[in-house]
Amino acid sequence: MESTIVKSVNYNAYFGDNHVVKDVNIEIPRNTTIAVMGPSGCGKTTFLRGINRMHELIPGATAKGQILLNGEDVMEMHPIFVRLKIGMVFQRPNPFPNLSIYDNVIAGYKLNGIKLPKAERDNIVQHSLTRVALWNEVKDSLTKKGSFLSGGQQQRLCIARAVAMEPEVLLFDEPTSALDPISTSTVEELFHELKKNYTLIIVTHNMQQAARVSDRTAFFYMGELVEFDDTKTMFTNPKDIRTQNYITGRFS
Amino acid sequence: MTQLEHELQSVKVELVGMWSLVESQLKKTRTSMVLFDRDLAREVSMKEKRVNAFELKIDRDCENIFALYCPVAVDLRFLLAVLKINTNLERIGDIADGISKYIIEALENFDEDLFAKTEVIKMFDDAISMLADTRIAFEKDDTTLARSIFQRDEVLDDINYAAIDRISNAIAEDLTVMHDALYVLSIIRKLERVGDQTKNIAEEIIFFVEAKVLKHHQEIQRK
Repeated sequence: MESTIVKSVNYNAYFGDNHVVKDVNIEIPRNTTIAVMGPSGCGKTTFLRGINRMHELIPGATAKGQILLNGEDVMEMHPIFVRLKIGMVFQRPNPFPNLSIYDNVIAGYKLNGIKLPKAERDNIVQHSLTRVALWNEVKDSLTKKGSFLSGGQQQRLCIARAVAMEPEVLLFDEPTSALDPISTSTVEELFHELKKNYTLIIVTHNMQQAARVSDRTAFFYMGELVEFDDTKTMFTNPKDIRTQNYITGRFS
Repeated sequence: MTQLEHELQSVKVELVGMWSLVESQLKKTRTSMVLFDRDLAREVSMKEKRVNAFELKIDRDCENIFALYCPVAVDLRFLLAVLKINTNLERIGDIADGISKYIIEALENFDEDLFAKTEVIKMFDDAISMLADTRIAFEKDDTTLARSIFQRDEVLDDINYAAIDRISNAIAEDLTVMHDALYVLSIIRKLERVGDQTKNIAEEIIFFVEAKVLKHHQEIQRK
């Protein structure tokens, strides 16, 4: 039986008086890939950022309700611990431009003041880069700057940086929207591999990507979670007319 | 209306056009059989090429829509149904052509008593009416009308089932009708296939409108 890793209970998020996420209840099973889709401004990214407490970093942003990680309320955990357990990858690849590829991978440890022996650091770097299928491409250039890499490689480096912290959940906010089709395909292949060890939650505007990579899909509209179901069902026989109108492009 | 909706609409119009042509082919085949009108039968045979051209065009249009628009949900189901209905209609067209060829080959008028004894004309009329009703069901997304086809197909099956005895009896009564009787039996067999193809079409209509798969579920179909 699937165990729930992330659960939201009546989760609401606000920017000042603007109510952007409304009473979202969702249970995300471990080691699955979840696609979150919906029109711009529907609250999907805000919900994603609520999962690892990034939402509260924005001035004027507040939230109500609960996000549970393995049954524990993330608001009662230290935010750094939450973000160690729930990594995040953003729309544009954002490796630290002044750090080498090697240092980019272990940046999370350095920034959190975690000191590790060199052998262990080497091991983490190799393991993380291998996990994101980048090791063979960069193993001879680990001391070069991260910005030396192509866009697709930079995004995989950012995923390696998140993976290096051994999180349980990885959040992706439109992770391939700035990549060409070949790099997009590589990252999508990577999602299938990563799912074996992590739970992936991917916000995407690309519906074909949602269909290709996810096990389940959540559709948000005007701050509400309209429908959450198996991806195959969502794309062949959605239950809610709003989902159908969105995925068939009939929203006016 | 989105561009995809325009494309789907034009495929629908094409398919309905093909449907009307196949209905017309079947009606002309019936008339040519009843009146033994070989010229009309030849016309059916000639027009079979138009049915085939429709099939190829619709196949190609569906392929383009899949490639260019990646349809999902009801649009995906609609296109999948169109592809299968397209094949079903083309086969019904082949059947009309096949029966017409019997009329062209036959040496003289069929024995009219055989028509009455075997109910082949009723079978023809039922098959034509079923095909017309599936077209209406498709045009109006009417799954109640589509469902009515399943029971009506059983009437064709019953006539087909009874055909062997009826034909044997007719031959036993009058050996001179043997040649005609074998043709009529072949026509009955072909019309039974029209019923099956029409039933498949009804299943596809229910699939695209209601997202229900009734194929190979006879008990559900009877409900």
